[in-house]
Amino acid sequence: MEFLIGITGKDFVLTAADTSAARSITVMKSNEDKSCDLNKHNIMLYSGESGDTVNFAEYIQRNVRLYGIRNGIELTPKAAATFTRKELATSLRSRHPYSVFLLIAGYDITTSKPHLYWIDYLGSSAEVPFAAHGYGAYYCLSILDRYHHPNLTLDEAKDLIKKCINELKSRFIVNLFDFKIKVTDQDGIREITI
Amino acid sequence: MMDAFVNRFKETPTFWADEISMLDGFGSYDAVKEFSQPVFEIPAVQNPVKFLKDCTDENSDSECRIKIEHGTTTLAFKFQGGIIVAVDSRASAGSYIASQTVKKVIEINPYLLGTMAGGAADCQYWQRQLGRHCRLYELRNKERISVAAASKLLANMVYPYKRMGISMGTMVTGWDKTGPNLFYVDSDGSRYKNDVFSVGSGSTFAYGVLDSGLDYELSTNDAIELGRRSIYQATYRDAASGGSVRIYHVKEQGWEFIGLYDVGKLHWEYCGL
Repeated sequence: MEFLIGITGKDFVLTAADTSAARSITVMKSNEDKSCDLNKHNIMLYSGESGDTVNFAEYIQRNVRLYGIRNGIELTPKAAATFTRKELATSLRSRHPYSVFLLIAGYDITTSKPHLYWIDYLGSSAEVPFAAHGYGAYYCLSILDRYHHPNLTLDEAKDLIKKCINELKSRFIVNLFDFKIKVTDQDGIREITI
Repeated sequence: MMDAFVNRFKETPTFWADEISMLDGFGSYDAVKEFSQPVFEIPAVQNPVKFLKDCTDENSDSECRIKIEHGTTTLAFKFQGGIIVAVDSRASAGSYIASQTVKKVIEINPYLLGTMAGGAADCQYWQRQLGRHCRLYELRNKERISVAAASKLLANMVYPYKRMGISMGTMVTGWDKTGPNLFYVDSDGSRYKNDVFSVGSGSTFAYGVLDSGLDYELSTNDAIELGRRSIYQATYRDAASGGSVRIYHVKEQGWEFIGLYDVGKLHWEYCGL
């Protein structure tokens, strides 16, 4: 019942995740942040099996940070996604595979381009202009197909996310009432309201 | 198959508890004799195989592990005076009430409390381990451990055992230098921070009363009453919760035990209202 979405624009990536953390039928927490700052210009959104998500996300975050400390430059989004994908692929055939769905969004400071990667628990990774995880994807991907273009401005992207969220609110049976929306661009990662 | 499971042990002789003579307990311990003939305990009932069959389910679990019951209601919430922790005290095994006087609040140390939902042994053991690690932290760092760190320690301790059958849904709470804190940690590996939690089979019932009456500005007495009433209402509706309501108040100086209230007596008290 969790929902993650990412949209790339001209020079930023807009990401949103729902904020409810539930155990079977009860909502335990309604202001959960399902994202992790990998480094200054990279963010990872996670969903999936509870416990696995936070542990895997923190593991990736610390390794990405370690790379930055050791080498003095931060890992690019592509490298971070590749590293993450490889970890998931290794875990897949181990005793307890991590069951997580991820979106890695980042701004590559070397090429000044935004990137978004869709990664799943099988270790498959794809670079995409927009992506979503969860049942909500069934409603939102078509909206993104229809209205997205590569030179989206931040305001246009905000409208697009609003369209997606409104569609979920009206058509998705599970009430996802609140979302945490973040922008990743050359200035770093910041939370915004729409 | 239950039969296949039992057949595994058919070759080894089993001993009835009352057949072993009293004198066997005294005198020297002979390890060679002890381990030469493997022995395991059987429930002291007429038909142990039937008894175990009732507690296990061969269809869902080929290892025929004993199903652990999780009947309980525990809750905790933050308010202006700190945190109130309220729990019930019933342990049920299927439809049999095993005990009405279980202590479901674990006093990790004088300023950290843990609650118990799920397997009692799991909760008690892991929270005692947590207490050990918290004390080691204190000795190494010359300051009290924060609730966030304590709950993270617990979550990290149980995560390697994920999917191996630990059943633990606990709330770790205390007052540290950032103020009162409440975390939920469970054996799936999740760890959440929030201002109000209720865990257990009766948690949905408790949430109903708790959420409707919750206000940060409650006085201490009103908050205690809210906790007491929420647990009582949960025990009323949930068959697996009952016994008595145990209440603790977490303050800046540490936790304080408020009282133990029998649900049967509370029922008559609230009846008139």
